[in-house]
Amino acid sequence: MPAPQISDSATKDIPTPAALFRGFSRVGLSGFGGVLPWARRLLVETEGWLTAEEFNVLLGLCQFLPGPNVVNLAVAVGVRFCGWRGAVAGALGLMLGPFFVALVLGVLYGLYGELPAVQSMLHGITLVGAGLIIAMGIRMGLNVKNRVIYLPFAAVAFVGIAVLHWPLPAVMLGGAALTISLSWWRLSQAAKR
Amino acid sequence: MTILLELFASFFLVAFVSFGGASAVIPELYRIAVTEHSWMDARTFTELFAIAQAAPGPNVLIVTLIGQHVDGWQGAFFATLGMCLPMSILVGLLFKHWDKLQHWRGRTAIQLGVAPMAVGLVLASGTLIARSAEPGVVGMGLLLLTVVLNLRTQLHPLWLILLGGVLGLSGFV
Repeated sequence: MPAPQISDSATKDIPTPAALFRGFSRVGLSGFGGVLPWARRLLVETEGWLTAEEFNVLLGLCQFLPGPNVVNLAVAVGVRFCGWRGAVAGALGLMLGPFFVALVLGVLYGLYGELPAVQSMLHGITLVGAGLIIAMGIRMGLNVKNRVIYLPFAAVAFVGIAVLHWPLPAVMLGGAALTISLSWWRLSQAAKR
Repeated sequence: MTILLELFASFFLVAFVSFGGASAVIPELYRIAVTEHSWMDARTFTELFAIAQAAPGPNVLIVTLIGQHVDGWQGAFFATLGMCLPMSILVGLLFKHWDKLQHWRGRTAIQLGVAPMAVGLVLASGTLIARSAEPGVVGMGLLLLTVVLNLRTQLHPLWLILLGGVLGLSGFV
């Protein structure tokens, strides 16, 4: 099976910056509890700008880079089709709506955040939110390749940050330097064979 | 003015280590907002997290809300920009050279190596948030139920968030 190529895309229409802005606006505002499924729906199903395989490769790349994954995805898709103008249109479209919603919610919180009813409601949502993040971590863990080799690093990072309270940037950069060297070495070994 | 610069610079730096997205660096956001700058207390941080989870849009909105809490809409703007800008520029530059990147061994190496670190970070984030909420037995039950339902069913997360809000409001958790 040939590697999926963005360059010989099967898509017919090249979106304009305006279309990217409109599309990603819908994605941002629909994305309750996670934006990625909606991004996939727009890019692959509704508009057909990317094939499913292209989407997976692009998403894989955006997820291994630091930074907000979906913003990265919007920039990557935008720059792919329309250069810098597309990147700005995609990212702005994605962020503008949710940004204003967050502002309104933040103002409401400032006004009513001290009310016991609001606090107990947010307490319940916090627990669900924590559960959703832990579930995401588990799902990501199950997707790691060569788990026996790599998951111990995840365990060390987890214990270092959550239990021993080591500084996160040091753990992340030090750990990533180790794991990337290891995977580079393993790839070189595999290439020699 | 200084505070806006401080917001921008703090989150600009966090962006470089946020492998796994904004959800992965919650402990670092907590350290910046609560421990280092005393912009808010622990309870406020946890509540802003809850609002970001319930709002539509990317998880990075937690940064927007922190910024707003510190200095209104300008604070929100500069915090969000700081968090989004560095990697947007990098991604923009990288994806112009997509074809060259496709078969580069380093790309695969980074992809394989970063994934387990992101797993550790994300799990640590969830644990820290859960701990800061100081859940009772029912609260822990709700958290575990969320994990199981999210992993095992197609149930939309919004329903779980709604359930959390209702259980919280009615005083069960």
